[in-house]
Amino acid sequence: MPTIAPLDLAGHCVDARFIQDVPFFALADGSVHRLDNGHKTVEAHDGLLCAVPSVDGKSLLTSGEDGRVCSIGLNGEVTELSRIPRKWMTALAAAPNGAVAYASGKTAWVRAPDGSVREFTHERSVEGLAFAPKGMRLAVARYNGVTLHWPATNGTPTELEWKGAHVSVTFSPDNRFLVTSMQENALHGWRLEDNRHMRMTGYPNKVKSWSWSPKGKWLATSGAPATVVWPFSGKDGPMGKAPLELGTRGDSAVTAVACHPVEDIVAIGYADGMILVGRFGDQKEVLLRRPGKGAVSSMDWDRSGHRLVFGSESGDCGVVDITA
Amino acid sequence: MSEAQTTTSVAPDAARIPQIPVTVLTGYLGSGKTTLLNRILSEDHGKRYAVIVNEFGEIGIDNDLIVESDEEIYEMNNGCICCTVRGDLIRVVEGLMRRPGRFDAIIVETTGLADPVPVAQTFFMDDDVRSKTMLDAVVALVDAKHLPLRLKDSREAEDQIAFADVVLLNKTDLVTPEELAAVEATVRAINPYAVIHRTERADIDLTRVLDRGAFDLTRALENDPHFLDHDHPDHACGPDCDHDHDHDHAHHHHDHDHGHHHHDHASPIHDTTVVSVSLRVGELNPDKFFPWVQKITQEQGPNILRLKGILAFRNDHERYVIQGVHMIIEGDHQRAWKDNEKRESRLVFIGRELDHDALKSGLESCLA
Repeated sequence: MPTIAPLDLAGHCVDARFIQDVPFFALADGSVHRLDNGHKTVEAHDGLLCAVPSVDGKSLLTSGEDGRVCSIGLNGEVTELSRIPRKWMTALAAAPNGAVAYASGKTAWVRAPDGSVREFTHERSVEGLAFAPKGMRLAVARYNGVTLHWPATNGTPTELEWKGAHVSVTFSPDNRFLVTSMQENALHGWRLEDNRHMRMTGYPNKVKSWSWSPKGKWLATSGAPATVVWPFSGKDGPMGKAPLELGTRGDSAVTAVACHPVEDIVAIGYADGMILVGRFGDQKEVLLRRPGKGAVSSMDWDRSGHRLVFGSESGDCGVVDITA
Repeated sequence: MSEAQTTTSVAPDAARIPQIPVTVLTGYLGSGKTTLLNRILSEDHGKRYAVIVNEFGEIGIDNDLIVESDEEIYEMNNGCICCTVRGDLIRVVEGLMRRPGRFDAIIVETTGLADPVPVAQTFFMDDDVRSKTMLDAVVALVDAKHLPLRLKDSREAEDQIAFADVVLLNKTDLVTPEELAAVEATVRAINPYAVIHRTERADIDLTRVLDRGAFDLTRALENDPHFLDHDHPDHACGPDCDHDHDHDHAHHHHDHDHGHHHHDHASPIHDTTVVSVSLRVGELNPDKFFPWVQKITQEQGPNILRLKGILAFRNDHERYVIQGVHMIIEGDHQRAWKDNEKRESRLVFIGRELDHDALKSGLESCLA
């Protein structure tokens, strides 16, 4: 039976994350909480917008309404990586080599590990950022498509066009596919070897949370009363295939998903705060948490997959231990 | 390209949370938007506002609730050519609403040339924005001195007036009484249903601008007890009428018998293309009305800026209120008809190239 260690915080949790097996909770008010031999807090921003882990897993990167981009270490030490006053930093991504990309309005910046910064301007606003698995390419989600930059060289960017507003972007872990979430409650994908299009539609809500299973076999997504899980193991990705639907409920919508690091299972968080775990193979479900005060906004497994950290829009956060 | 589709059904709405009202300020450069904003931000009215501006510019107040945002218009990829949203607003409103409790309302300042429609549609089209906020009113500032010139060189100035719920006819100290009367007649001709206030240096009691509930179906038309009566020959405003409070009633244009094609006689400076069509019929058959209004808004949506109506359906003891922006329409039962109210249906369109006679006969074909 899973056990829950609750952590009640005041405010919207933007990101709940394990940093080297220490649970971190980044709140919209700019405070970052961690459970490391007790509850510890650091004020990182005046208004926090994004948080992503560094690829080495040793720090949490954050960006805020105060125009700052920071790195928060295991002991809560805050290092400011960039500051552009009064600009909301609305997108953030981390590369394996330690580079960090962030964006405000029509501009994206890439800060290389040596601290040098390159600026990339676009005709339209930068909505989402993602580095390719090896970190050589940076994808910028924008109106009517995605721009792929080569931040380390002066290579000409590649433009992938598809009509509509693309608001976030992710590469598959094997670097074969690029997927965006759109304003129109749909996903769009490109197979990178030939830029062939994929449309994944039918969502009643916008897809705001997604998670790749180990080796990129599946992409689990929010935005429906079930988690919609697209198969990406075949040559053609999900094209022409029906997705799995796990954890279907008639009375709530899925708001956050997190694939397990080892097993073919996915944690499914709902608008009412409930959390289930579902198995891809037989679609069996286990309840991890009963409904809470607000929608589950973020979840993450530890490296062994024994514990799940979760955050909610209303601040009732915690850690679920599934081995207990 | 190939397609894949998931088939899950729509989940019921999550529990309702209180919605934050949003006021949209439009108006040409120099019309007084910044002056009004500075007043809203500095006056002691006991309310806190988050303000989304195009650029910090001349706003003299430094406040972390003032957010700069690049206007970013996205066409929705849904087959509707006039469905547009402001992508930047979706992002900023989402961010602001993650920290509720810091402000009571949101004000969106648009650029001088901005089309107010994408701003308004954002509050109808985006589910997240819609669940947390509610469009309160569109307020247009008009420079009384320069409006005639503006109307000659831009369609946006006319759109801003046509789309507004409240018009502040500002800088009245810079024009003669005759010029002012002519400009007001022009505004009234473009939009017979907006509340007009005359101001100098945007000096107005803020309660007349903020928290108007103009898009709240249960409030909007209730606020206007003479909805659609203003073009009626019998109508004279009483002391509690909200129209044109700020000046003497000699300039009242309500009781002109405008008829429906307001554009053809308003004033010599009136270079406008917007018309309004107001219709008044008896009880309707909902099974005929809804398909008709859907068809009209599908076919003529790009030309329809605003649509408002109070409807009486046969065998329905409640008033039905409806409003629309381009192809988006929404409606709901409002309240029971009162014993002393005439059970009739009134519908207004503001837009371009509207065919009064066709709309009239169409609506009449929906009679019960």
